[in-house]
Amino acid sequence: MSGSEERSRGRVIFTRDGVRRGAVTSVPLLIGMVPFGLVIGVLSAAKGLSFAEAVLMSTFVFAGAAQLVVLELWTDPAPILAATIAALVVNIRMAPMGAALAPWLDKLRGWKLWGTLSTLVDHSFALGIAEQRAGGRDAGFLLGVGLCIWVGWVATVAAGHLGGGLVRVPPGHPLFFASIAAFLSILVPLWRGPRLDLLPWGVAALVAIAAHRAALPVPLPLLLGSFAGAGLGAWMEMRGRGMPGWKDASRG
Amino acid sequence: MAEMWVVRWDVLAAITGMALVTYACRAGGYAVLRAVRPPPWVEMVLRHLPGCLFAAYVAPPLLALGWPGWCGAAVVVGVQVTTRNMGAAIIAGIAATWGLRLIAG
Repeated sequence: MSGSEERSRGRVIFTRDGVRRGAVTSVPLLIGMVPFGLVIGVLSAAKGLSFAEAVLMSTFVFAGAAQLVVLELWTDPAPILAATIAALVVNIRMAPMGAALAPWLDKLRGWKLWGTLSTLVDHSFALGIAEQRAGGRDAGFLLGVGLCIWVGWVATVAAGHLGGGLVRVPPGHPLFFASIAAFLSILVPLWRGPRLDLLPWGVAALVAIAAHRAALPVPLPLLLGSFAGAGLGAWMEMRGRGMPGWKDASRG
Repeated sequence: MAEMWVVRWDVLAAITGMALVTYACRAGGYAVLRAVRPPPWVEMVLRHLPGCLFAAYVAPPLLALGWPGWCGAAVVVGVQVTTRNMGAAIIAGIAATWGLRLIAG
């Protein structure tokens, strides 16, 4: 118990107790997740997905934001390519998460590593980083959070689908504002202040609106807006540092 | 009852595609970013992507919804900032837009 460096980078363990503690810690998060899962379930039913299809998607994709975006652009027959591209674009944000959790993940092998990675979501990332910074060294914690969220996710989507199939919500109903509301509430903790985010977010929104007005097919407005904004944000940061990126990379 | 358990091939293909790229992001991201350090601009684009993505997502429908949508959006952000509870923020936002639309007729 001496020094946080020692504790977080030293002997990393993976115990059943850690998994259990992660699951217990994440229970309050389930309460906040329920409406989101219900919305996905109701929307799945409204878009014509069967109960089995909605449950399969939630089980194997297990990414709320991606499922929401894909369901918004859902057609019959299913938009296979558009759905895959949209899921990739929305979930690419998960790529740096694993790298940030490396102090734990580097010590894991086999199913413990690849299984834990398969349950990685925004919640488990946030809680895992917090636990790691607090000196925790039981990597099972991460899997516990992920599993608890996973079970809760599939259950709420299933419940939403059953309920949605009963009520039949017409398109344009205020209930569909829930998807916009969900993304707005995700945006709040992502905000790092006007200097970093105001222009990129603004450009992303404007480009998406312009592409939408130009009647470009989905998910092009989303793609163009996201990358225009993110590109601008990166360019602004590079300029702020006053050095071209590749120089830094060759040194690293 | 039987149609509850129907799984169509095109839907299954879409789900498989989504699942594969999502796992590639989760696991492949860790594997690749640990093995090769990407140039800083790639890291910066990745860091900026989530916020820009959701901003690009909400902008067109909010514009289409008009003022009840904007008021609902303000309520969502307000509740999220004060309570940090996503569930509460979503429900408050739906209630606000619903109420405003009823008032507006």
